[in-house]
Amino acid sequence: MTAVVRRVEAQDEYCMGCGLCRLACQVAHSAYPLSIVKAMKTGSRPVPRMSVESSADGMSFRSVRCLQCEDPECVKICISGAATRDEETGVVLIDEQKCVGCWSCVIACPEGAIIGPGTGRGKAYKCDLCLEREFPACVAACPNRALILREVEVVESTTREG
Amino acid sequence: MLKLQKAKFEIGRDFDRCVGCGVCVNQCANEVHFRDPYDESVCADDIKCVGCQRCVHLCPTGALRVVSFASRTREHGLWTSTVINEIHLQSDSGGILLSGMGHSRPDTVYWDRILLNASQVTNPSIDPLREPMELKTFLGRKPPLNRKNSLDAPEKYPQLELEIPVMFAAMSFGSVSLNVHKSLARAAMSQKTYWNTGEGGLHPEVRAYRDRAIVQVASGRFGVSPEYLEEGACIEIKIGQGAKPGIGGHLPGEKVTGEVARTRKIPPGSDAISPAPHHDIYSIEDLSQLIYSLKEATAYRKPVAVKIAAVHNVAAICSGMARAGADILVIDGYRGGSGATPLRIRNDVGIPVEFALAAVDRRLREEGIRNEVSLVVSGGIRNSADVAKAIALGADAVYIGTAALVALGCHMCQNCYTGKCNWGIATVNPRLARRLNPDIGTLRAENLLRAWKHELAEFLGGMGMNAIESLRGNRLMLRGLGLTERELEILGIKAVGE
Ligand code: SF4
Ligand code: SF4
Ligand code: SF4
Ligand code: SF4
Repeated sequence: MTAVVRRVEAQDEYCMGCGLCRLACQVAHSAYPLSIVKAMKTGSRPVPRMSVESSADGMSFRSVRCLQCEDPECVKICISGAATRDEETGVVLIDEQKCVGCWSCVIACPEGAIIGPGTGRGKAYKCDLCLEREFPACVAACPNRALILREVEVVESTTREG
Repeated sequence: MLKLQKAKFEIGRDFDRCVGCGVCVNQCANEVHFRDPYDESVCADDIKCVGCQRCVHLCPTGALRVVSFASRTREHGLWTSTVINEIHLQSDSGGILLSGMGHSRPDTVYWDRILLNASQVTNPSIDPLREPMELKTFLGRKPPLNRKNSLDAPEKYPQLELEIPVMFAAMSFGSVSLNVHKSLARAAMSQKTYWNTGEGGLHPEVRAYRDRAIVQVASGRFGVSPEYLEEGACIEIKIGQGAKPGIGGHLPGEKVTGEVARTRKIPPGSDAISPAPHHDIYSIEDLSQLIYSLKEATAYRKPVAVKIAAVHNVAAICSGMARAGADILVIDGYRGGSGATPLRIRNDVGIPVEFALAAVDRRLREEGIRNEVSLVVSGGIRNSADVAKAIALGADAVYIGTAALVALGCHMCQNCYTGKCNWGIATVNPRLARRLNPDIGTLRAENLLRAWKHELAEFLGGMGMNAIESLRGNRLMLRGLGLTERELEILGIKAVGE
C-alpha cells in the first residue's frame, strides 16, 4: 500500500543559520502562536521541536528536524509507548503525557532530530509537522527558501517490527 | 591613541519587543550585535555598523532601528561632517579612502533634469495592453549605408538579439558571489537579454548560460582562454570603468579563494591585480590589433565590444574605437559602480554619462558612422525612465549593474570592498554567499526586467510609438528642465516649454 506523507526538506546549501525557523517553531508550539513577543516573553520559554546546527568552521548550517521516517528508530526504542507513528499521516509523534524522559529516542534518532536534554522539561519533543496548520511554521518563516515542504509517496511497510 | 572617527549609524533596540533570539547577532558580519556573556542580553557596538539594514530586515519582532548617527559637528558649508570624518579616518590610518559602489555626492542627476513627451490631441497615444509593443534590439556592427550588397553577407555582421534593451553589467565572480552570477545569468536567459562575466572568467556552474553571456577581456586577462572566448555570445574588451577611470583593479588575496582562483586561472590567495592600462594598448592602432586578434580567434562569429569610462574627449575616443573595429561601444559614466574603488577617484574623475552619450552619438552621426556601430551606456541607470531617456539620447541599450544588485537585496552600504556583504552579494565567503538563494535571485532579477518592460511599453505608447526603434536617438521627445543653454546644446535637446 502506498501513502502520501509530508516531509520538510532542508536545502543546506542555502541555510544561513539565522534560526528564524527555530523561533517560528517555538512560537507555533507556545501558548501565544500569533505573537512572537508574547510567546517568548510570557512565562517559561516554549521549547522548539527542531534545531539549527552550525559546522565547526561556522561557514555552513543545517536546519534539523524529524524526517518522519517510515520505520522510525525512536518508535522502535521508546520504552513507554510515548512515540508512535500515525499510519494515516505518516507523522511520528511523542505523547508528552507518556514520555518518561529516558532519552532513548534522542540517542536512537539517526538524524539527531529529537529535542529533550537541556530544556529542563524532562520530556522529549519532536517535530509534529505543525499538523494543525496548513504549512509548517518553519517552512513559512525561512527567508531564504532553504526549507521545502514535499509530499512524498511512500510504500507502507505492512507493520512495524517488534 | 584616541581614534577620531565616529560611528555613522546608531542602533536602536526596542527591548519591549526584542526576544533575544540572536538573529541580529548571527546575521551581522560586521559583528555589531553581540551577546553580553555576563547576562546573555543582546548589545550593539555602533561604530562597526555600515548601515546595511540586514538586521533590521531579519529581526522577527521589528525591534531594531538603524539610523544616522545624530551627533554632528557644528554646521559648516565647506567643512561638513563627511569632510571632517574623512580627514579623521585618513589621519587615523594613513591610507587612501576606499569605497564600494558609484559616485556618492549628491551632484545633479541629469536624467532627472530631462523630461519625456506624451501625445495629446494631435497624435494618438497607443495602449500597450491592447497593441503589440516592440522592444527588440539588435547590437553589433551594421553594414555601411552605401554598400548595397553587404546585406547579402549577414555572417559578417554577428548580432546580439535583446528582447529588452537592458543588459546586466560586468561584475566578476570574486567581486560578487557565484549566486549573483547564477541569478543574473538565468534571468538574462529567460528574459532574452545578456549578462556579463566581468573579468573573472566563466565558472563551470554558469557555463550553461553562456549563450547569453558577454565575456570580458580586461587588463589582467583573468580567466581568458580560447574556450572562454569561444563560449561567450560577445567579447567585451574593458579599457575603463566609470567608478575608477584610469586605474586598474585589485581583488585582495583573501577574496581569491579556491573557486575564484580556478575560474581566474591564478594561484589561490594571490592578489588579482588588473593593471591600469592594457600593456599592449597604447594607441587606437593597438586597440584595433586586440579587437582583430579576438575576432580572428573566434572566426568573426561574435561581436566585439569595447568599454571605456566617460572622460573628457569621450566623443573623439569613441570615434577612434568605432574605426578600430569595435562593434559595440560601451560608455560607463562617473556614477558607475564598483566592488572597490578609491573614494577620491570615484567621486572626482570622469563625467556624467548623459553628456558623454549625447556627445558620442552626435560625433558619430556627424562622421556618418553612427549607423554602423551600437552604443551602450551604463553608470547609474536606476529605472525604466532613465532607460527611455538614454535611448532617446542615442543609446541602443543600457547596462545595469547596481540596479541589478539592488534588486537582489543590496542596500547600498558601499562596503563591498570589505568582503563582508551581509546580503551575500559582494562576497565569496561561503557563510555570507549562501544568503542569496539563486532561485530567489533569479526571480527578483526577472521581475525587475519584466516591470521595466511594462513601463517602457507605457512610455512608448504614451508617445504614440509602438517600437523602441522610433524612440532611438529621438531627442525631440526630450526637454531639459533647469539646464543652462550650454548644457542643453551639448545634450542636443530643447528646454521645457519650447
Ligand atoms: S530559517 Fe531558513 S535559513 Fe534560517 S536557519 Fe532556518 S532553514 Fe536556515
Ligand atoms: S533579531 Fe530582534 S528580537 Fe532577535 S535578538 Fe536581535 S533585536 Fe532582539
Ligand atoms: S552593519 Fe548591517 S547588519 Fe550590522 S548592525 Fe549595521 S545595519 Fe545591522
Ligand atoms: S553589494 Fe553588499 S556590501 Fe556592496 S553596497 Fe550592496 S549591500 Fe553593501
